[in-house]
Amino acid sequence: MAPSDPTGAAGIGAGGTPAAPPPHRVVAGLKATTDHTVQLLSPEGELTPTALSGEYPLEVTEDLLRGLYRDMVLVRRFDREGNALQRQGQLGIWVPLLGQEAAQIGSGRALQPQDMAFPSYREHGVAWTRGIDPTDLIGVFRGADHSTWNPAETRFHTYTIVIGNQVLNATGYAMGQRLDGRVGSGTDGGAPDEATITYFGDGATSEGDVHEGMVFAAAFDAPVVFFCQNNQWAISHPVDQVSRVPLYRRADGYGFPGVRVDGNDVLACLAVTRWALDECRSGNGPVMIEAFTYRMDAHTTSDDPTRYRTSDESEAWKLLDPIERVRVHLVRHSTDSAATAEFFAGVQAEADELAARFRTFCLEMPTPPPDRMFSEVYATPHHQLDRQRAEFLDYLAGFADDGGAATHGGAR
Amino acid sequence: MKEQVTLAKALNLGLRSAMEADPKVLVMGEDVATLGGVFRITDGLKKDFGEHRVFDTPLAESGIIGTAVGLAMRGYRPVAEIQFDGFVFPGFDQIVSQVAKLGFRTQGAFRASMVIRIPFGGGIGAVEHHSESPESFFCHIAGLRVVACSNAQDAYDMLQEAIASDDPVVFFEPKRRYWEKSALDVTRTPTESTFSSVVRRSGNDVTVVGYGPTMAVVEAAATAAQAEGRSLEVIDLRSLSPLDLDPVLDSVRRTGRLVVVSEAPREASLSGDIAARVTEEAFYSLAAPVIRVAGADVPYPPTRMESLYLPDLDKVLDAVDRVLSF
Ligand SMILES: Cc1ncc(C[n+]2csc(CCOP(=O)(O)OP(=O)(O)O)c2C)c(N)n1
Repeated sequence: MAPSDPTGAAGIGAGGTPAAPPPHRVVAGLKATTDHTVQLLSPEGELTPTALSGEYPLEVTEDLLRGLYRDMVLVRRFDREGNALQRQGQLGIWVPLLGQEAAQIGSGRALQPQDMAFPSYREHGVAWTRGIDPTDLIGVFRGADHSTWNPAETRFHTYTIVIGNQVLNATGYAMGQRLDGRVGSGTDGGAPDEATITYFGDGATSEGDVHEGMVFAAAFDAPVVFFCQNNQWAISHPVDQVSRVPLYRRADGYGFPGVRVDGNDVLACLAVTRWALDECRSGNGPVMIEAFTYRMDAHTTSDDPTRYRTSDESEAWKLLDPIERVRVHLVRHSTDSAATAEFFAGVQAEADELAARFRTFCLEMPTPPPDRMFSEVYATPHHQLDRQRAEFLDYLAGFADDGGAATHGGAR
Repeated sequence: MKEQVTLAKALNLGLRSAMEADPKVLVMGEDVATLGGVFRITDGLKKDFGEHRVFDTPLAESGIIGTAVGLAMRGYRPVAEIQFDGFVFPGFDQIVSQVAKLGFRTQGAFRASMVIRIPFGGGIGAVEHHSESPESFFCHIAGLRVVACSNAQDAYDMLQEAIASDDPVVFFEPKRRYWEKSALDVTRTPTESTFSSVVRRSGNDVTVVGYGPTMAVVEAAATAAQAEGRSLEVIDLRSLSPLDLDPVLDSVRRTGRLVVVSEAPREASLSGDIAARVTEEAFYSLAAPVIRVAGADVPYPPTRMESLYLPDLDKVLDAVDRVLSF
């Protein structure tokens, strides 16, 4: 029951077939990309007036563009490999990020080492910018572990599956940064000021946790950037059926700035996120950023998007591809075209190598030992669980005669 | 008129039948309309019943359950889908504070006549929060009925009984068995409540009780035990709250031995309650302590370990050995 549904309650109890999607729905979100959206690099690969006006200052160099391009190509490549591995039965599920590379690389590259990031479950690109090797993501999707990177060291929290939970956790973490005096101190000599960023989808904005996170951030001046990747769909549910206003404008209600950026423009994502994190570090946070983008692939490898969206839609969004526009810019404007061609070839080779390494690692990944199930459930010994573990290992040892625990579950 | 259908299809047919019978029945939840739910349980309902009776909600469980309460107060009978077991908790507050207590608080002026459908249990190789068995939490809340189906016929009958019930029903569906086929007769009208324990198989040596996803394991164990010359009596609880314990007690009075099989963690659980009540009410009939085959008291593990965690044939037979060795 969309709020804008003109038929009201008249149809209650009526059967019938669903109406064809109205024209404005056929291409989700696309028409809104130009309104109040910060863009530095156009889909045609040209720098826009905003890039030059300095509202969100960013020195655009060829080096910067190359680095961002490389990031996006490598991340896309291992993301595709993740999909392939799932299809081949090597991963239980894969959550693709195709189309969202700019939002993730741009915002991730804006972070400083001391900042903390709280992802949802699609942030493979942000993980990359935190120095997490892509092979570290495999454990979660192969079912070997719930997380294999160290969130304390990488300052990239574990993936969060329950929609919106992490937004509150991020806000609390940012409250801690403020309590610790790591905000607005200037960085002279001492430890640098810190900020927190949290990632969530358009669908997540309906959850109470996200609302409460924003309320707390406002109440406690928490240095947190709420980075919403609006990829237009929450599984089958389009964003225009859950919000009457563009998502970034919800920030108004909490009393902090909300900015919409072209989520397929890596420069805009970088510049705006850098600005927002600086606001937080200097004590002016929080900020909400809505990265206006599109999920080019299925929601996950278990999903079938042909049931709810048209191929016209993804075709239209393809023209806004985040990687292509950087590539076009480099081709058109690079000072040495031979070097640029060589650079592209180099990145491609590097991507293929990464994909191969990703695949090998996945295939060779060991299954954790059975008692891993009991480890780290509690910080201090827990007599009941210790006993359960002992009984469990004892039980498994009982299979030793017929080849040990490996045959466990087979016929007696 | 018996047909072999999947449990998923039986649920879909059950919903259809309930919606045809009562125009006040609504289906709501995340992705239930256009997509037909992530498990396709609600497939085609929007097409056949219209978008006002079958609608996608925003992604917000507290919102789904809380608004269903309001709809119920207006005389509707919402059937709300929670996408996976682990995602009911954002809506838990509404279930505890409003759904369960509305009738009591208003002295019957209002009833939260609604169904909360939850696919539950493990064994499907999913990521965190997609394999849990949270039923004990709900059994602990007075004011709710909690049931779990385990085959197509029950799925079909029990879902309709749940929807027709004036009390709120938390309806657990064994997601691992969604695609398993079993006999369904849609012409048959149940003569008594399907919210009661049922003896699936008679036996004399040990009573084995399960529900929902564990029924497949329990029945397989009974077959395997038979080959070893042991006769197990198999009981499917179906209703977890209130517990229909009489058939279990009758059985235990004959066999003297009880094994309870549940995927949920063992401590402070439904399986613990069954053991306690059987001990209270049939102590002198027991020849051995009640043994529980349950999940470990750890967060549900990553999938490469779930076969170790879940009750399986070996664990059930091992428990049978143990109760018999007393
Ligand atoms: C609390 C909760 N409810 C339901 C789900 C199931 N679910 C997983 S992803 C998803 C849609 C999320 O959409 P959005 O927030 O837009 O993020 P996206 O996946 O598009 O990046 C749903 C409903 C969940 N993970 N957590």
